[in-house]
Amino acid sequence: MTKTRSLRWSLPTLLLAATVDATDMPLNMTKGVTEISQQVYDLHMTIFWICCVIGAVVFGIMFWSIVRHRKARGVQPAQFHESTKVEILWTAIPVLILIVMAIPATKTLIAMEDTTEADVTVLVTGSQWKWHYKYLDNDVEFYSLLATPKEQIINRFAKGDNYLLEVDRPLVIPTGKKVRFLMTSDDVIHSWWVPAFAVKKDANPGFINEAWARVDEPGVYRGQCAELCGKDHGFMPIVVIAKSPADYEQWVNGEAERIAKAKAEEQELLAMNMSMEELMSVGERTYTAYCAACHQPNGEGLPGIFPALKGSALALENIPGHIDIVLNGKTGTAMQAYAKQLSLKEIAAVITYERNAWGNNTGELVQAADVHAVMQGKGE
Amino acid sequence: MSAVVTDHEHEHHDHKPAGIKRWLYTTNHKDIGTMYLVFALIMFFIGGAMAMVIRAELFQPGMQFVEPNFFNQMTTVHGLIMVFGAVMPAFTGLANWMIPMMIGAPDMALPRMNNWSFWILPFAFLILLMSLFMPGGGPSFGWTFYAPLSTTYSGDSTALFVFSVHIMGISSIMGAINVIVTIFNLRAPGMTWMKMPLFVWTWLITAFLLIMVMPVLAGVVTMVLTDKYFGTSFFDAAGGGDPVLFQHIFWFFGHPEVYIMILPAFGIVSSIVPTFARKPLFGYASMVYATSSIALLSFLVWAHHMFTTGMPVAGALFFMYCTMLIAVPTGVKVFNWVATMWRGAMTFEVPMMFALAFIVLFTIGGFSGLMLAITPADFQYHDTYFVVAHFHYVLVTGAVFSIIAAAYYWLPKWTGHMYDEKLGQWHFWCSLISVNMLFFPMHFVGLAGMPRRIPDYALQFADFNAFISIGGFLFGASQLIFVWVLVKCARGGKKATAQVWEGAEGLEWEVPSPAPYHTFETPPVIK
Amino acid sequence: MLLRRHNLGNNMSKTYEKYYVPAQSPWPIVGAVALFLIAFGAGNYVNEVTRQQPGFGGYMLAAGFVVLIFMLFGWFKNVIDESMSGLYSAQMDRSFRQGMSWFIVSEVMFFMAFFGALFYGRVIALDWLSGGSNNAMTFEILWPSFEAMWPLVKTPGGIETQAMPATGLPLINTAILVISSVTLHFAHTGLEQNKRGQLKIMLLVTLLLGATFLGLQVYEYIHAYRDLGLTLASGFYGNTFFLLTGFHGMHVTLGAIILLFVFFRVLKGHFTPEKHFAFQAAAWYWHFVDVVWLCLYVFVYVI
Ligand code: HEA
Ligand code: HEA
Ligand code: HEC
Ligand code: CUA
Ligand SMILES: [Cu+2]
Repeated sequence: MTKTRSLRWSLPTLLLAATVDATDMPLNMTKGVTEISQQVYDLHMTIFWICCVIGAVVFGIMFWSIVRHRKARGVQPAQFHESTKVEILWTAIPVLILIVMAIPATKTLIAMEDTTEADVTVLVTGSQWKWHYKYLDNDVEFYSLLATPKEQIINRFAKGDNYLLEVDRPLVIPTGKKVRFLMTSDDVIHSWWVPAFAVKKDANPGFINEAWARVDEPGVYRGQCAELCGKDHGFMPIVVIAKSPADYEQWVNGEAERIAKAKAEEQELLAMNMSMEELMSVGERTYTAYCAACHQPNGEGLPGIFPALKGSALALENIPGHIDIVLNGKTGTAMQAYAKQLSLKEIAAVITYERNAWGNNTGELVQAADVHAVMQGKGE
Repeated sequence: MSAVVTDHEHEHHDHKPAGIKRWLYTTNHKDIGTMYLVFALIMFFIGGAMAMVIRAELFQPGMQFVEPNFFNQMTTVHGLIMVFGAVMPAFTGLANWMIPMMIGAPDMALPRMNNWSFWILPFAFLILLMSLFMPGGGPSFGWTFYAPLSTTYSGDSTALFVFSVHIMGISSIMGAINVIVTIFNLRAPGMTWMKMPLFVWTWLITAFLLIMVMPVLAGVVTMVLTDKYFGTSFFDAAGGGDPVLFQHIFWFFGHPEVYIMILPAFGIVSSIVPTFARKPLFGYASMVYATSSIALLSFLVWAHHMFTTGMPVAGALFFMYCTMLIAVPTGVKVFNWVATMWRGAMTFEVPMMFALAFIVLFTIGGFSGLMLAITPADFQYHDTYFVVAHFHYVLVTGAVFSIIAAAYYWLPKWTGHMYDEKLGQWHFWCSLISVNMLFFPMHFVGLAGMPRRIPDYALQFADFNAFISIGGFLFGASQLIFVWVLVKCARGGKKATAQVWEGAEGLEWEVPSPAPYHTFETPPVIK
Repeated sequence: MLLRRHNLGNNMSKTYEKYYVPAQSPWPIVGAVALFLIAFGAGNYVNEVTRQQPGFGGYMLAAGFVVLIFMLFGWFKNVIDESMSGLYSAQMDRSFRQGMSWFIVSEVMFFMAFFGALFYGRVIALDWLSGGSNNAMTFEILWPSFEAMWPLVKTPGGIETQAMPATGLPLINTAILVISSVTLHFAHTGLEQNKRGQLKIMLLVTLLLGATFLGLQVYEYIHAYRDLGLTLASGFYGNTFFLLTGFHGMHVTLGAIILLFVFFRVLKGHFTPEKHFAFQAAAWYWHFVDVVWLCLYVFVYVI
């Protein structure tokens, strides 16, 4: 490790780079924190050593003859060119080796697939490019987004310790309990992977896959989306916090309360009017977090994939249409429905922002009540 | 010797048409072989340049040179170009040059179609490369173009991608038909099945695989096209389809496809090792049977790419066992090569060096393949750099090394000159060292948890990625030596004898070097 | 290796037929340009149509087909001339036959992709969407009101359509194609026994049957779109129905065009009882297309 690190410093190419605080990388698969992950690790090491031994034998013989049976030593080549006995032998031995590998593999696989009798069930939904978690036993659900600031990614600020592996709201699970994950997706295929649990399962749109984990150690575990899911596939981390059952219980209650409170606030908001400054500042924040990935920070989109909002007819003229597409998305395109993801306030703010930023100077304000009206079908 | 065309006996004796028309209108297997090889080399450089973009961006964490969307286009097109534009055409070029010479045929069986198979390829890749310049960019959904990322969520270039894949498919199918028919029908008298050189055997089986799976690829891209543009829902649950259906059809093609890229390599190594060990190939018959079993098994293992898609346990077990079984016939091959060297009298010219490197490094790639086959472990490896390490070992130090070995081995036969041995050795050692710097650390990066197809990564992976990138640049630069050797050899050099290598045996070594424009105008007799 | 050294000079050409290697030909490169125009044109055209933008794609596509047809005429003219002037040996005839056979194998595999999709959709996707295998939650959470049935007349997303019956038109069409295979066979025996009258009549009948089949197929499509609401966009049933029958229909069309040219050549007096590769190839193709229809009839309409 140290050798390669010093090597990096010696590179002229470093001129380009921002300061990098490299943490040490493990050289092997993690043992993880579940019984299953431990089994997977053992399996991995078993096959690995078997391959090493076979390799050592085969390459050993090969290098031996490279050294000994070279023309430069004046040897006469032998002329043999078959031997049924040997050939049968070296067909049979690998078969036996494979059987030895297959037995523990089969056992582990069957254990992994048994999702019955779970204590907690979480519905995990991937969408471009965030995860949504919904606890099926409580009223708790939320989105989980990358928390690394853009400035770190474009090398303007120094990168933090958990660069690209941090989220705004992590998933929380209890220790010592069997947690069942139900995976699905709203758009393309994603894959939910936490190495420490040895869980990697594809989230297929329209279908639900199952996986499970029983974590014994409280702690923070990080993972990433593991299926190419479009532009920001690399920016879709997973963070799971395992808490003792009591702490977990407390957290669930707190969450439920928070969500209920937000709903109540929402109602109050309908009667209030926000100022342009407030709308614009909330709007900008929301836009950067939720919309800029596709429509770009400058509102110009990526021609051919994501339309520009700057100068868009919808964003300049048709208010109800604008609200509608943000609320409900457009099926069959990457444009998602945000009614579920954002509060009324945020939606109102982001729409106001889109109608007044980057030269879209309509001067119009959109209030939470307007959004609510469209939601109730009274927009026209 | 009598001539190829009736009544034109002497006119056609080694008479090459001149000018550009020679290449555009040609029906000569050697010309077409040359064009395939040159095309493949150009594509290797274009695909390689894209890999350099990938490595440059991954040199450091953070986004430096390209946008994520462009990065995805680079990985996608890099994969497509290397697979369909570099490796496959290179093998087809070798088949064109060598198969007729090895079996004593006057040319390929269907010479005009042969020309057509070649010439549609540059157009297919022209379309693919042009799509990069469309608004929204080229294909960015990986060379495996999983739906619905490639359907509902893809850019406008998807249609161009689909049609260019159709054309590549047509080209491969026609090329494969030509190879099969040539081998079935044009063998010289006495060239019985079990006397055919292994390169011919492996290509025969490869051609069979091509005919079986390329149409399936055509089918699946067609479904992508209709899903995106014509409202069908093959890969959409709301309409009763399934995104995973895409993966089944794709990998039914995709897995045999990877063997399409390695079986001819086995043939090449099986030609080179006996030559430089001065000893007959060990276990000829078992080589033939092993190749056939690999081909047949390859139809039963496709879902090992899909262990995480949520297939039922019984399915996963079936595919795991079948995949593991492939190690057996492949092992037979490796053991046979080693046994061929055993008690030979070896020399180590450049082709042999690449062949030896092939044996070791391909086997390492095979071992990691075997690890990937173990389903529970694959859950940890899947879609990480461990997989990237695996397939670059089998593809770069496997397929590409074998192609380079073949080029050195047969260059004197093609050009009539010996290549520069010293430069060749430089090329070998530079490539060997840099390629391992490039791909070996990827195993560790993958095990430590770095997903593939990401333009930016967590800080812990920084050191290794920097090292890998340096290896990549060095490996790329090393290939410039190769071009130098090729150009030098084409222009001149020590005259090559007919046999070229002391230990070489086979029909191709009995005709003069360079091989005459029309090799066998009457069938030679093999006793 | 296993080959022994031998003398290349030893002239065995007397005992072996010569293998004709055409010297040069402009047609392949013309064909390559045609494919380029078709692919690039079509690639642009589909976008222009879906985005309703004007563009050059359509023209390019059309130009591609024109060039392709030009190429086919030129290429086949060469081949026919060579064949008629006796340049082709029996060995070459074998090459052509084997080439054609492998081409048909590749076509079979093309259809296999779609039959495979049909099989998967019916046996696996339907089962999983309705809670089968390890997908109980798929049904419970995502598609609680979905009922598995085939034909899939109501998709999980709620698109409704009607199924195409197996009797009536499709059955008649099946009969037509089977009979056309038989008549083509009689045309072939006519050729082999040098009964030119039988050859011509049977070939003509085959062609007419083919054309009738296509006409009825078009009628059926119109019926599906107008009356049954069965369209390309009506879910997996419609998808497999149209793509399978559609690609089959395209093959029938192609086969009929080839047969038409064979028919003209028969009228011109080409083909002998011994040598008639073009006829043979067209016939194989036709029989293959017929077999595809039989599978299709069973799997798409009946079961
Ligand atoms: C030339 C190409 C090539 C070749 C030859 C192989 C060979 C093999 N591959 Fe590989 N593979 C790819 C190209 C190739 N692969 C590519 C491109 C991908 C990624 C595609 C993508 O997702 O983009 C891939 C991915 C891939 C996966 C999916 C990984 C994932 O995405 O999670 C798997 C899983 O099983 C796999 C397995 C194997 C196996 C078992 C072999 C076997 O054939 C190897 C057999 C050889 C040996 C085992 C070594 C020699 C044997 C001995 C010395 C005998 C004794 C040995 C033992 C008994 C152990 N490969
Ligand atoms: C035969 C196939 C083949 C070959 C030969 C290669 C060759 C190389 N590949 Fe390949 N690669 C694939 C097939 C292949 N690859 C596939 C199928 C994928 C998966 C795609 C996907 O995910 O969809 C992939 C993905 C892939 C990735 C992962 C991308 C990702 O997941 O984000 C990376 C990353 O390093 C990579 C790197 C390289 C490098 C450095 C080479 C080098 O060996 C290239 C060396 C060649 C050159 C560099 C060109 C020659 C030299 C010059 C142009 C001179 C100038 C250069 C310098 C002076 C530096 N490849
Ligand atoms: C994952 C990508 C993605 C994200 C994230 C996204 N959009 Fe979109 N958006 C799209 C796409 C694609 C379209 C085009 C849909 C179509 O084809 O009509 C679109 C269309 C729109 C339109 C209509 C533009 C027009 O001129 O027709 C508006 C307005 C819009 N989005 C607003 C938003 C807002 C507000 C957000 C964030 C809260 C957002 N989008 C987030 C992809 C995205
Ligand atoms: Cu989500 Cu990758
Ligand atoms: Cu595979």
